[in-house]
Amino acid sequence: MFDYIWLIPVFPLIGVLVNGILGRRLEETNKSSIHWIACSAVGLAFVLTVVTFFQLLALPGPERLVEYVWFEWIRAGDFSVSIAYQIDPLSMVMCLFVTGVGFLIHIYSIGYMLHSEGRYYRYFTYLNLFMFSMINLVLANNFLLMFLGWEGVGMCSYLLIGFWFSNLDNAKAGKKAFITNRVGDFAFLIALFLLMISLGEHGVWSLRFTQVFEHAHLMPQGVVTAVCLLFFIGCTAKSAQIPLYVWLPDAMAGPTPVSALIHAATMVTSGIYFIARSNVLYSMSPLSLQVVAVIGALTAFMAATIALTQNDIKRVLAYSTVSQLGYMFLGLGVGAFSAGIFHVVTHSFFKALLFLCAGSVMHALANEQDMRFMGGLRKKIPVTYITMLLGTLAIAGFPGLSGFFSKDEILWYTFANGHPVLWLIGVITAGMTAFYMFRLIFMTFFNECRASQDVQKHIHESPKSMTVPMTVLAVLSIIGGAIGVPAALGGSNRIEHFLEPVMHHVGGHGHHSVSTEYLLMIISVVIVFIGIGLAYTMYVRKRELPHELATKFQWLYTAMLNKWYVDEIYSLLIVRPLHALSVFLWKGFDVRVIDGAVNGVAHAVGWCGSRLRIIQSGYVQAYAISFLFGAALLVMYSVFALV
Amino acid sequence: MEYQSVFLGLGLALFLIGTAGALVRRTAIVVFLSIEIMLGGVNLVFLTFARSTQSADGAFMVMCIMAVAAVEAAVGLAIFFRMYQKTGSIDVERFNLLKW
Repeated sequence: MFDYIWLIPVFPLIGVLVNGILGRRLEETNKSSIHWIACSAVGLAFVLTVVTFFQLLALPGPERLVEYVWFEWIRAGDFSVSIAYQIDPLSMVMCLFVTGVGFLIHIYSIGYMLHSEGRYYRYFTYLNLFMFSMINLVLANNFLLMFLGWEGVGMCSYLLIGFWFSNLDNAKAGKKAFITNRVGDFAFLIALFLLMISLGEHGVWSLRFTQVFEHAHLMPQGVVTAVCLLFFIGCTAKSAQIPLYVWLPDAMAGPTPVSALIHAATMVTSGIYFIARSNVLYSMSPLSLQVVAVIGALTAFMAATIALTQNDIKRVLAYSTVSQLGYMFLGLGVGAFSAGIFHVVTHSFFKALLFLCAGSVMHALANEQDMRFMGGLRKKIPVTYITMLLGTLAIAGFPGLSGFFSKDEILWYTFANGHPVLWLIGVITAGMTAFYMFRLIFMTFFNECRASQDVQKHIHESPKSMTVPMTVLAVLSIIGGAIGVPAALGGSNRIEHFLEPVMHHVGGHGHHSVSTEYLLMIISVVIVFIGIGLAYTMYVRKRELPHELATKFQWLYTAMLNKWYVDEIYSLLIVRPLHALSVFLWKGFDVRVIDGAVNGVAHAVGWCGSRLRIIQSGYVQAYAISFLFGAALLVMYSVFALV
Repeated sequence: MEYQSVFLGLGLALFLIGTAGALVRRTAIVVFLSIEIMLGGVNLVFLTFARSTQSADGAFMVMCIMAVAAVEAAVGLAIFFRMYQKTGSIDVERFNLLKW
């Protein structure tokens, strides 16, 4: 029934091969065929995912777990890993929005990248390669294949951040993302080995999810906690959490569709997917869940404070992504795994939308990213304005839109499972989110236009290939919440029921009344409206206010504007010492010891040669004499040896 | 048998004469001739032992040596010819470029 499932990752792979091998020639002869190939590859994967999804829905609840083994990958003794895919509610939810949003962004990229510098075929090859890796990541039925996808998306992220590598800053941003991710991947690998060995001790030589989770109880508590925490370090790098979030804001150096697809909607959520997938392990270790929740809440809060003061439109969105990812981890940490995944899905809709709109704004303004030189675009690019406003309302948590349901679900579980402090942080963050997102809207679309005269003349709405995906995503941002309307609001929370077979529940949430839920909901809505109102006052009504506040709280404003100096602190504590050590190893060890040894040997041989060359006179007869003496010696030796 | 020591002595004498000539003389052709004399001495020794042991091995070896010597003569003379064309002399003392 699910025998064709291997085709889902293979379609993008075919796109990679065709565009990667023939792309250069196609670009010169028939440029549009490149995006036809790339988009149809992802489109087919999406269609197939939808078909698979409905087939899975047709099965009764408990049977919704199908594993398809394609072929065996590694065998070493009892240990074996296969290239195999797992179809269950969680992987289907992930795969649906990954391929769906991915498809929309592929289409958007046509309009955005067609006349941009850089190789067109290379862009689509990387994008398809990313889709291939990401599908492997979410569909894998074992940790190792998932890790393969995990590394694959990291590599594509690096390649695409540095897509315009002729600018050194972009190349550096790519490098930073890659190296930061290596730190996390290292911890991830250690966790993987630890898991493999500690299960192997009990005879379970397998990394299949079902096997591992079935036998997880065999591992001692301490090992489970260690494994979970190490995996979580990997997740903090991939999903941009404290302390390894620093790469994500810099990753905005890449093309905007890439920021939308990789650094907002899909790749950065793989950490959340991973923890939700491993919820059995995390449920066994309350400590690690606590850590996840606290880190998530802190990241959400801190990133939101930074987003308040940024002027670069993409940076605001980047910090908002970090902050929203923090929410998701908060949800996971308090045991509401389904709520976390729900927020992943809705977030992918509205954040992808916001990035695409930002790209459209930049497209209109000759790649201007600084919001101080925008403004008044409401009338000039109406489609972008309306879709972006909808996305902003969704992320701010306007009642009835998708972000409202998923965010409140997380906050409700945080409160209900007994973390009032984290709930408070979450609610304040929600207010800040509303504030900075509307600050972005007001600075970009309201008031007078502050762009230069040249730029103003060319302001135009983006082509259809860009506005259509934006419209689709805007619709999804509005209605996306319908899959998870909580019971208190008359819904049935379909996504939670759908995910139930995969999720291990931690702590009950029945001991709080519905009225508490209403109250919390009202509180967060009120705070959101305060945030919006504040933004309106500060950026439309009394526009001298932000400046006054900035001068009044000078140190606070500078600290926020400079991202709490985290990059500088990291540079001082980690990068500089490592750099100094490297310089020492280079100049002290490599140059002196290793090069010295190599050159020393060469010098010694050379000196011997210069002495020995005296013998080489070049006279034939001199050689003949030495030859004669040598022969005479050999003869004498053999004669005496025989005697 | 008596004739053996005579022939062996003659072979040794030819070899030593050849060696001395090859080492001392300067004209390349004479050096070359001296080497031929050395080969002659060696051939004589080979044949003597072949005769005394009633084996064809030595005679066979001699045939080989003579064939090689003939080829050598052809190649050697060609080299001397070129040497003379290039420098106007075939004095071996002047060809000392075979060094670093």
